[in-house]
This record gives sequence, C-alpha cells and structure tokens, in this order.
Amino acid sequence: MSESNKNSSRPTKFHISGIFDALMPIFATIAALLVGAILLLLLGANPITAYSALIEGAFGSFNAFAETLVKATPLLLVGLGTCIAYRASVTNIGGEGQMIIGALLSTWIGLSFTNLPGWLMILIAFLAGSLGGAIWGGLPGLLKAYFNVNEILSTVMMNAIAVQIMNYMLRGPMIDPEQAQAASQIPQTARLEVAYRLPRLVPTRLHIGLLIAVVLAVLVYILLWRTTLGYRIRAVGQNKDASKYGGVDVKKHIVIAMLLSGAFAGLAGMMQVYGVNYRMITDGSATGFTGNAGFNGIVAALFGQLHPILTIPASVLFGGLLVGANAMQRVVQVPSALITALNGLVVVFVVSSDYFRKRNQAKRVAFVESGQDTQPPGEAKKDLEEVTA
Amino acid sequence: MEKTATQNLRSAFETLEMHNITKRFPGVLANDHVDFDVVSGEVHALLGENGAGKSTLMKILYGMYRPDEGRIVLNGKEISIPTPTAAISHGIGMIHQHFMLVPTLTVAENVALGLPSSKGPLTDLDVVSERIIDLANTYHLKIDPSAFIWQLSVGQQQRVEIIKALYRGASLLLLDEPTAVLTPQEVDELFVIMRQMTDDGYGLVFISHKLHEVVEISDRITVLRDGRKIGTQPTCDVTTQTLANWMVGHEINFITSQEKVDRGECRIELRDACCSSDRGTEGLGDVNLKVYSGEIVGLAGVSGNGQLELAEAITGLRSLISGKVFLDGQDITGLPPGKITEKGLAYVPEERMKDGMISAFNISENLVLREHHRWPFSKRGFLRMPYIYEHTDRMIKQYRIKTPSRATLAKNLSGGNIQKVLLARELSRSPRAIVAAQPTRGLDIGATEYVHEQLLDQRKKGAAILLISEDLDEILAIADRIAVIYEGKIMDILPRETATKEDLGLLMAGVHPGEELETGNC
Repeated sequence: MSESNKNSSRPTKFHISGIFDALMPIFATIAALLVGAILLLLLGANPITAYSALIEGAFGSFNAFAETLVKATPLLLVGLGTCIAYRASVTNIGGEGQMIIGALLSTWIGLSFTNLPGWLMILIAFLAGSLGGAIWGGLPGLLKAYFNVNEILSTVMMNAIAVQIMNYMLRGPMIDPEQAQAASQIPQTARLEVAYRLPRLVPTRLHIGLLIAVVLAVLVYILLWRTTLGYRIRAVGQNKDASKYGGVDVKKHIVIAMLLSGAFAGLAGMMQVYGVNYRMITDGSATGFTGNAGFNGIVAALFGQLHPILTIPASVLFGGLLVGANAMQRVVQVPSALITALNGLVVVFVVSSDYFRKRNQAKRVAFVESGQDTQPPGEAKKDLEEVTA
Repeated sequence: MEKTATQNLRSAFETLEMHNITKRFPGVLANDHVDFDVVSGEVHALLGENGAGKSTLMKILYGMYRPDEGRIVLNGKEISIPTPTAAISHGIGMIHQHFMLVPTLTVAENVALGLPSSKGPLTDLDVVSERIIDLANTYHLKIDPSAFIWQLSVGQQQRVEIIKALYRGASLLLLDEPTAVLTPQEVDELFVIMRQMTDDGYGLVFISHKLHEVVEISDRITVLRDGRKIGTQPTCDVTTQTLANWMVGHEINFITSQEKVDRGECRIELRDACCSSDRGTEGLGDVNLKVYSGEIVGLAGVSGNGQLELAEAITGLRSLISGKVFLDGQDITGLPPGKITEKGLAYVPEERMKDGMISAFNISENLVLREHHRWPFSKRGFLRMPYIYEHTDRMIKQYRIKTPSRATLAKNLSGGNIQKVLLARELSRSPRAIVAAQPTRGLDIGATEYVHEQLLDQRKKGAAILLISEDLDEILAIADRIAVIYEGKIMDILPRETATKEDLGLLMAGVHPGEELETGNC
C-alpha cells in the first residue's frame, strides 16, 4: 500500500454519501410509510388524510405531544440498555421480560411498605426496578459468557418465563384484594399510595421519568466513551481476541453489559407502574403490560444508530408513531391490525437500511485501502464525531 | 469394472499450461510472469514461503481470481476461467486448505450439494451414495456416504473433499496445503491416494512449504518466491538443500547489526513447556528456551510449527499443559495476559488486526488498549481524554505514524502504519521483554527497516527480545542467537555467527545437518 497522500484526486461524493448514511433511517421510515400508504389505499382509506391524522395525533397539540413523550420514555430506557448490550456485541431481545420483572419487584415493594416517605419509596423503587431487570438480563449474560448459550434464544425464553411469572403473581399473590373478592378477577394489583407516584411535569400524564431517562442517556454516553468500563465493553464488542490480549476479562464484561442492559429495561417497567398506571395490570400477554416497549425500544436504539444521545429523538419519533397511529385509526377507521403492520414495516425497513449503511461504509473503506490510503480531513472528522461526539 | 464406470465421467486430461501469469493486488505483485504446467499422471509440487504467490496462482487456475496478464492452455486449447464453476466444467478441482463442507449434513448430502438431482425435485442420495462408494473403492478412500461430516476426522473430511471434486468430473486436482491439517499417518494415507490417482492419469498440483513432503511425493517441483518463479526441476535432480536455498533467498539486503550488546540476566524462560494447538494436536512439546536481557533470539521455522503456540504461551493467551514460564525470574505460568503485561512484557502479535488492534477503534483508543485502566490514561474509572490525546499526538510524532488525524480508525490505516501504532503502544512502555511475531510480514521495505531499527533500539535499552519470523534473512540480520522450531519442538539453537542459511533451512524442514539428505523418488 502506498503511503503517499493523494487527497486531491478523491471525489467529493464520499462526503455526500456519509450524510446520506446518517439519514438512512429517516429514508427507511419514509419508505415504510409509502408502503403503508398502499395498504391504506387497499383498505379504502385516503393515505393523506390518514397520515395527517397520524402527525396531528402525535405532535399536533400540547396534550398529544405530552402523550408521545410518555410513550417515548420506556422506549428510550429500553433503547439505552440496547445501546450498551449491542456495543458489547450481545443481542438483548429480552427487554419485555426485563421490564416485567423490574415492574413486579418494584410494585411488590411499593405495595408491601405503605408508610415510607414518597421520595424514599420512589428511590427504593428505582433500585428495585433496576435490580429486577438486571437479574433478568444478567442470567442470559452469564449463560452466554460462561456456557456459550445463544443470548437471542435465552432472552426470548426469559421473556416467556417473565410473562408467566407476571400472570401468576397478578392472579395470585399480588392480586388487588378487591378483585380477589369480585367475580371479574381482573389480573391487576392494588393501587400504589398516592405519595409513591412519580411527580408529573405538566398537567398531563407526562411524568418526571422522561427527564430521568434523558439524563441517563447522557450518562450512558459518558459511560461508553469516557470511562474504562465503557471502553472495555466496546472493545469486547468489537474484537474479543484483541480485548483478551489487552488484558480485558471478556466474559465478565459480557455479563456486565447484560446486567446494565437489563437494569435499564427494568427501570422502564418500574416507571410504567409508578409513573403511568400506578398499578400493574395485564391482559395475560407481555404486551398487555409493556405495550411492546421492550421490542420497540430496540428498534429505537437501532434507529439512533446505537448511540445513546441519538436514541432520544429516535424514541420520540417512535413514541409519536405509536400515539399518532391510534389517532389515525380513529379518523380513517382502519383496523387496528394495520397499525401493528405499519409499526412492523418501519422496523423491517429501518433494520434493513442498516445493511446498506454498513455496505456503503465497507465500500468506502475498500476504496481507501485500494489506493488513496489515507483519509481526507473531512472523512476523519466524521470518524472523530462518530467516536467522541 | 468399477474403475471404468467412474472414469467415463471424467473429462480427458493431458496437459495444462499457464503462460506468463501476472496478478497484481494493490501494492503487491502476487504473480510476476509465472509459467507453470501440469501433465497427466504427475504430481507437480508448488513450493514457496508464505506470500510467495502459490495460492494466488492456483486460485487463478480455479477461477477465483482473474489474471491481469497471461494465458491458460488446456489440452492444447486456450481457455478462460472466469469462475470456479467454469473451472469445474473444464475438469479442474480444488481441495482448499479450509474445507468447504456443511458439518450437519452427511457425506452424500455434501457431495450432492449444488448439483442437479437425477430425480428432479427429489433428492437422489441413493444414486449419489452408490457412486461415492464406487469412487471410494477405486482410490481406497474408505468413507461411509451416510456418515455426518461432524463425525469425521480431519483426514476423512479431506477425503470427502477429494470425492466431491472427483464426483464433479475433475481430472486435474489442486491441493492447497493438504498436509497442513493432517497427522503424519494421515499424510501417508493421502500420499497413497495421490499415487493411485496419478497412476490413473490424473494431474495433481501439490502446494506445500514442507520440503520433505514435497520431495517424497512429487515428480516435479516449481519454486516460487516473492511472486516470481525461481525454477522447475524434476524431483530426482534436486536435494532438499537446493530447494531450501531457492525458497529463502532474497534480493533485499536488510540492515544488519554487528554491534554487540552485553547480555544481561535471563528475562524470558520456558521450562519443559507443553501445550496443545487450536486443533487439539500437540502445539509445543517440552520446549526449553531462554532469552536474556540485551539480546534478540530469532525463532525460525516454517509457519504452523508451533510459533503461535509459543508466543501465546509466553503472553498468557494460551494455557500450558505442563511446564513453566518465567518472566524476569518470576513464575508467570497461568497468569492472565493483563497481569503479564503489567510485569513488563510487550507482545507484537502475528495477526495484528485480529489480535493486536481493534479495527473499528481509532488510533487513540488503540494506543491505550493495554493500559487504559492505569494512570495516567485513566483516573478512578474515567478515561483522561486530554492526556490520551496528548499521548496520541506524541506517539504519532515519535513513531512517524502517517495519518490524517488521531481520530482515524485503525481499519483505514495502511499495513505499515498499523504496525507503527502497535509498536508505539508496545514499545513506549519500556518493556523488559518483547515477543514479536512476524513483525514485518506484509510490510514494505521502508516499514520493515523501521521495525528492525525499533527492535535493535530496544535491545540496546536492555530488553530481551524473541523475534518469531519465517524470514531467514530477517533473523540472520538482527538476531543474536537463532532457535529453530519444527513440529512444536526446538530443533537447535545456533549463534548467528556460525549459522548458515542451508543449515537453518534443513533444521526448519526437520532435518539435522549432517544427517543423510533425502533425495527425490525417481
């Protein structure tokens, strides 16, 4: 490889394609919505009316936007956990189960101790929620690190186990005493003390959890790029051989990444109880409690390119999609299944677009290697931003 | 009777000639106007060091690379081979060093994979099995078509690969380092099979860098070096000694160090070290080796003879079955790599992008890989970015790393600059001992000289250096003592002054100088 610098001959289109890559998720969303428009047409609805209802419903009013942010909060928390796990090259699909266990543990404590000061109980609940999620994430982490058990399988299985634990607890030991006596037997817990509720930010359902999640996003950024622990997690994710050579205990850091990842999901579960519903309630499925946040959070993180700060707007966007879709359903009278389909389309398009982004990057690297071997300053700056900003 | 049944499916093969083949890769001339030919009924060995261009030449013949120049003539007719499929249709088969088999499928399923079935959409595994048994009987390949690949030994898997090629009508087989993965017994069996095939009129190309095997099995030998053909000779006309000379000769004159540094205390010591290789075979057998302060010990040997295992045994990346490792007189056996690093061992790994660098990390991050958790690079768990940047800028200047910025990702650096980053990280810690594995492989002359200067400089500062290299010129240029490793054992340790290339070449081939030389089979 020649060591000479031939920057002058480099075509500028590589800068443009860099920007194009960054915007890839946006294009993917638009593409998904276009396919969704075809579905809407097939169902006899006007896509323009439908989508304006969607945008109106998500961002059109103060209340709508507040509701979007309420939905974005668990997505962001799960997304932050996803960022950590995926940076360690561990695929945590267990957000749902980790949310459930975090919620169960924190709810149980909240219902068991009714005489504590509110701030203290909330603090304890934060810890309990994180702990529950951490346990549920840490177990697959241990299995992965020490027994080479595929974490995708184990986390999905842990989701199934968590659902059944939740159903048992909400129908049995933790059922609302009133429901236990009533004939309906709705699987839900009693309400938490009013003092234990997370403070609301504005007179809507928006609670302080959003601010906490945003602060945590910044902390995750600092963790990943400014601490030795984060450095090691990223090193393990990128190259296990070199990490081992660098003196990093690879197995231990896989477990740590999963513990942290689960803790964030557990926190999301706790906030659903303490900030939104004030009790734990289910229809027997995981979605009945989580509203699919355990999965949608992963998508939000991928949308944000596994960067904690970029995951913030990504979560808001997805929260808006969820809230707006409900409004759209009301306005154009399409079956609710379409909303699920639309959501799925966005997921598929965003995840697939990542492939093109990576391929473009690989192409650029190949170009760099095959001749003009050093980067132009612009490209380097982008790398700098990628790593530090 | 069986024999004719299988032979009918074979394309007739008489000769294959490659004329003036040239293949360039960015910055490398992999094949430089190489002529090569095979005739029916012979084993033609292609001999050369790693990177000599043997595999490239064969990949061109198998349609995996297109040559930039040159012609290929099969049975007197010029042909072009754009894809492996085309190669197969011309009757050329290749046995890759890494097998292309699906472990969870049976032998018959693997053989049938990708071929049309005689029963349309249904599989015709019974027909396939019958033909496999046919072929197996003809060439003593002893294989059960219904066995799963994962149940088979490496040698048996190789036979499946051979059957796969024969099944597809190959009459010219290219065997890429087929013995590298085999036990000595399996090698003998393979040679019997190969003889049987040449008797039947097949043409075989045998790629190897093991001299004694080449001499044992081949009829003719072609030696490649640095992409150029050095010569072709009938095997009976050559000795291992000539071949060794042909293989290792270099035009490039490396800097040599005549000045002596006073040898100090023993810094690295291996005592009766045994460990296994990645394949589970014996990697090192009772190795005893000492490296003293202020000296460079060169470890010569053909690749895959235990060099990697030796390096990893010292650095703590591989655990020993028995024996001990000492660093500075302290027993470091069984310590994790990080602890050994802290005791002052630097390691320049052979596969720098796999073991030594994180390609998606930038220069700064790669420079602190070994010491990111220690002052002054971090404090109470937080990285000290200003200091890390300052350190990076210093290293870029001191080690003359050519890069647009300190934030450039490692994967976007050239090979020479990657090695400079690695050396900067390892050597700036003032190590007490250094293990450098193939530190100049793939580097151009300038970068190679640079690496040698750095190592000599470290020697002057009193470090004990173990230089693992397949390049004898490199070792003769800068090593003070030369140890030769062969099949996991140290054959001999010679002072540089008395070592000759010829002796070293023989030791590398597992022969003690003075022993009777093997000659070709005529």
